[in-house]
Amino acid sequence: MTLIQPSPVAVETAPQHRSRAVLATGFVLLLGLLAAVCFFSITLGSRGVGIPTIWKAFTDYDPSSASQTVIRELRVPRTLIGIFAGAALGISGAILQGVTRNPLADPGIMGINAGAAAFIVFGIMVLGAQDVSTYVWFAFAGAGVATVTVYGIASFGREGATPVKLALAGAAVTAILTSITSAIVMTNVEALNQLRFWQVGSLAGRYFPVFWQTVPFLAIGLVVALGTGRALNGLALGEDLALALGQRVRLTRVVMFVTVAVLCGAATAACGPIVFVGLIVPHIARMICGPDYRWILSYSLLLTPILLLAADIVGRLAVAPGELQVGVVLGVLGAPAFILLVRYRNLAEL
Amino acid sequence: MTALTEPRTAVRSGRQLRRRRATVVTSSLAGVTFALFVLTMMVGSYYVSAIDVVQSAFRLTDDPAIDFVVRDLRLPTAAAALSVGIALGVAGTVFQKLLGNPLASPDFVGVSSGASLFAVSSIVLFNASSTVISGSALLGALLTALIIYLLAWRDGISGYRFILIGIGVSQFMLSIVGYIIARADLYEAREAMTWLVGTVGQAGSGELRTLLVALVVLLPVAMVLERPLRTLELGDDTAKALGSRVELNRLALIALSIVLIGFATAVAGPIMFVALIAGPIAQRLAGPGGGVLAAGLVGAIIVLGADLVSGHLLPTALPTGVITGIIGAPYLIWLLATVNREGRGG
Repeated sequence: MTLIQPSPVAVETAPQHRSRAVLATGFVLLLGLLAAVCFFSITLGSRGVGIPTIWKAFTDYDPSSASQTVIRELRVPRTLIGIFAGAALGISGAILQGVTRNPLADPGIMGINAGAAAFIVFGIMVLGAQDVSTYVWFAFAGAGVATVTVYGIASFGREGATPVKLALAGAAVTAILTSITSAIVMTNVEALNQLRFWQVGSLAGRYFPVFWQTVPFLAIGLVVALGTGRALNGLALGEDLALALGQRVRLTRVVMFVTVAVLCGAATAACGPIVFVGLIVPHIARMICGPDYRWILSYSLLLTPILLLAADIVGRLAVAPGELQVGVVLGVLGAPAFILLVRYRNLAEL
Repeated sequence: MTALTEPRTAVRSGRQLRRRRATVVTSSLAGVTFALFVLTMMVGSYYVSAIDVVQSAFRLTDDPAIDFVVRDLRLPTAAAALSVGIALGVAGTVFQKLLGNPLASPDFVGVSSGASLFAVSSIVLFNASSTVISGSALLGALLTALIIYLLAWRDGISGYRFILIGIGVSQFMLSIVGYIIARADLYEAREAMTWLVGTVGQAGSGELRTLLVALVVLLPVAMVLERPLRTLELGDDTAKALGSRVELNRLALIALSIVLIGFATAVAGPIMFVALIAGPIAQRLAGPGGGVLAAGLVGAIIVLGADLVSGHLLPTALPTGVITGIIGAPYLIWLLATVNREGRGG
């Protein structure tokens, strides 16, 4: 791991410090907002349900009631996966940006999704994987391999992993993996049929088995991730200063990358490739809380699920009774945000 | 006096040497291209000798059996491979030189994904015929390029911003493509997949003719614009100081390469990596004097070679784009590694 130079993004507006009390209040408000979004995620949809039905579904479950079944079997796991996967994507975006000191680091742009997709297709073709719960392991492996490859390629050379190099390495690795994926898919119709539904990125059709499979990884990853705030603050001062402050820089980097690979792998396995949230949310968090990574991580932890679930609800309502997958909604809404980010680079220097 | 003439003659002889090297390499590349072009029409389930191929393709003799195999079956694919390769090679090298980054290939910068999006939606949403599909691929490439250009414009175009915005736009397009493919019939999804990888075998005669005409018109233009391109490579300020009309030349060059990419994508779909690797290979072979023509020929050699491999050497026929993708991968990683070592990647 070579020395990483500060990214060429200029500081135009330094994020302001806010008092701890203000930030804590904001955190509580976000918790309330998340609860509200969860409530809407359970009630809204092509079949609207009222509060009494929800209450009954948990206290006095009647399997013959379609509404109650929809809540218990579809909407609740969907919402839970949305919360955990969203938190994972947001927090790993924040860590990636901090550890690479690169404002454009994001799981989608870094080729992690393409890695997961390639491994899933391989799993379907060679080992006959049949459903989402078997894909998970392949998605994991693919995400890990892609993360390491992209970062490894981009960090060759004296400048280290600059934003453009990371983005290009990600695009390049995506191109390679996509051509392999398509080679398999073109000759194997079954693989195509399964891949195309996974590939859009959706919370629909993810039931409890998928949740139970991914949640241990997500939960452990999130706990570890939340603990990296102090180390990220040190790294933000530069590698030399972090060393001088007594940090074990190399070790913390490795821990962070492993955490990111686990979180992104599990999130991608659970809902398919979802781009742009991991990129945008940490920037919003940074605008609110200033440069302290402990706050950025906590805010990303709540903001991303809110955004993800909101996008999911929008997708459900926009074309009801059909459904726009959350990956599509976020891809379409996230691209303008990304472009704004590139055009007006008044981001904090990382 | 001698002190002045000596460096002058040294420069002159150096320039002659470079020019000679470029000429020799370019003509041998042309020779190899022609040989491969003929070879792709020789092999197959029915073998035709080289002489017969040449005589039939150039309409020197008339032998119904051979004419059928050569002119009707194999010539369209071979001509598509040839012209798509040249177009991609030329467009790719112009892009790379304009943006000053060997990694700035139109494949990554979103132009191809725009073409894919339009082609895929015309298949799935409108059940379009093949001509309409190709037309919309062309339209998609042009529109996307225009959007990226406009979004990246801020007192001029910087290579860095252009590439990043291109990647963002590309992600946007691909997320919609994913959605469309997921809601399509399986049969249509399969057909749409060919517009995500690209293959020269699917070329329709109308699109092919358009691409050929475009090449005949634009290739000389590209060679004329090569001189301003070299000035632009020196950096905007130097180019301005040398009297070059920077924005005008840049716009002309970008428009030229976008049109070439658009037509090539309309014929064959997005064939990956050709635009990326043709330019640097040509430069390595022909030296700094090697220009857009050499890059075009290298592109043609790659696509013809990939077509030969995919059509005849593999147990199942794969799209040409998959082969170029697999050939391109190791090269690309090597390129990323070495470019970064020289510190020019960002």
